[in-house]
Amino acid sequence: MLLEAREISFGYKKGYHILNNISFAAESSERVGIVAPSGFGKTTLCKILAGYSKPSNGQVLLDGEDVYGMKGYHPVQMIWQHPETSVNPRLRLKETIAEGDQIEQRIINALGIEHDWLNRFPGELSGGELQRFCIARALGQRTRFLIADEISTMLDMITQAQIWSFLLEETEKRKLGLIVVTHNTALAEKVCTRIQILTK
Amino acid sequence: MTDITILQQYKKPRLNQRHKTLIYFIFAVVLLLCIAISGSLMGEIAITTRSDAKNLLPSMAHPFGTDWLGRDMLARTLKGLSISIVIGILASVISAILAGILGVLAASFGKKTDAVIEFLINVVLGIPHLLLLLLISYALGKGMFGVVIAVAVSHWPMLARVIRGEVLAIKEAPYVKIAKKLGQHNLKIARKHMLPHIFPQFLVGFILLFPHAVLHEAALTFLGFGLKPEQPGIGIILSESMKYLSLGMWWLAVFPGLALLSTVLLFDLMGSSLRSLIDPHSANK
Repeated sequence: MLLEAREISFGYKKGYHILNNISFAAESSERVGIVAPSGFGKTTLCKILAGYSKPSNGQVLLDGEDVYGMKGYHPVQMIWQHPETSVNPRLRLKETIAEGDQIEQRIINALGIEHDWLNRFPGELSGGELQRFCIARALGQRTRFLIADEISTMLDMITQAQIWSFLLEETEKRKLGLIVVTHNTALAEKVCTRIQILTK
Repeated sequence: MTDITILQQYKKPRLNQRHKTLIYFIFAVVLLLCIAISGSLMGEIAITTRSDAKNLLPSMAHPFGTDWLGRDMLARTLKGLSISIVIGILASVISAILAGILGVLAASFGKKTDAVIEFLINVVLGIPHLLLLLLISYALGKGMFGVVIAVAVSHWPMLARVIRGEVLAIKEAPYVKIAKKLGQHNLKIARKHMLPHIFPQFLVGFILLFPHAVLHEAALTFLGFGLKPEQPGIGIILSESMKYLSLGMWWLAVFPGLALLSTVLLFDLMGSSLRSLIDPHSANK
């Protein structure tokens, strides 16, 4: 599968674009790093790539189909920077995880998610634990591309290493496309097969 | 020694904030129920005139005194309050439903709908409350129907704004957007994520409408644009006793007035304790 951004621009205010004419393409076997400084619009770019926002100009295509407005389970899944806002605080985690595809037990084990967590509310887990949960949730059967928006910035070194080595293995095994959006050049060099640096 | 005693003191099971709030809430509900029920049972006593017991000062037999026709003021006050409570509930229910529908519509159906509803909210908020109440009640021929509709039609905007804001906020919440990308249907998202988020706000807003409704009903009636004299609302009692105040019969107005005030405060207590019970920020204190 091919995920392709064609000259996308985006602005929150009219006439003022934070993203200008960005183009790139990624195969589902690739790991692409997108490195940009703080305030560049990394999260905005992620939301556009994952079909959450509509770019003001240009298109994001998945095998020729516009990702914005796709119905049903979305093959491009995004993992958000802040896990605590990406789960409903009023629902137990097992209810949240039931919203998507069935997650393989193998993934749950590899991420160190204990069975007992699923009976808890999000507030009863730490940020790192919650982020691992969110990563597992995004790895449903039908996921073809994974977009990681600064997913490890608030984790300790050991957890970061665990998560990335798991993601490398998993994307390799399932031929998942991984797009790592980060400000951290060193991380992108370690993880990705290809890096694109965005500058103003 | 002192260390041990301090430890023991600490171990004593004490009421926490949540328990206290729960007690306040139950206290308010029970008392209001008592007023409403006893009031509706007072129908006969409240209209019984006794020529041998006119203009009596408060005493053991008549705790609130009697009026110029020998009617027991306690019975009349309870009866009046229960009528006011019924009107308050009716008006708040209609008002809250209006607010809920308009708030959700404003937040869900695009900018044009939002602008129209926002304009309506501003218009209703912009007109002085009492004036709007008087006009609507008068136009609808006063009486219970007029009062209920007038209070309902003039009280929805604040709650509608709150609901609109809540819906807008929850629509933008990442977890709602993620649920959509995980293939959840809009209806299911509304039921699972949105309703549980909005309902507590709605419920508290609804209960906090009561005191307004009751006070405005009393005000309307007092001014003569509300209930008819044969419906002895608390406003009727107050406006009738006006004539006798100058004769020194202070108890005719003081006790019903205090009772009205406490009813309103009880509703307020009920609403605010319920809010702190269901608001996640204060729920676990």
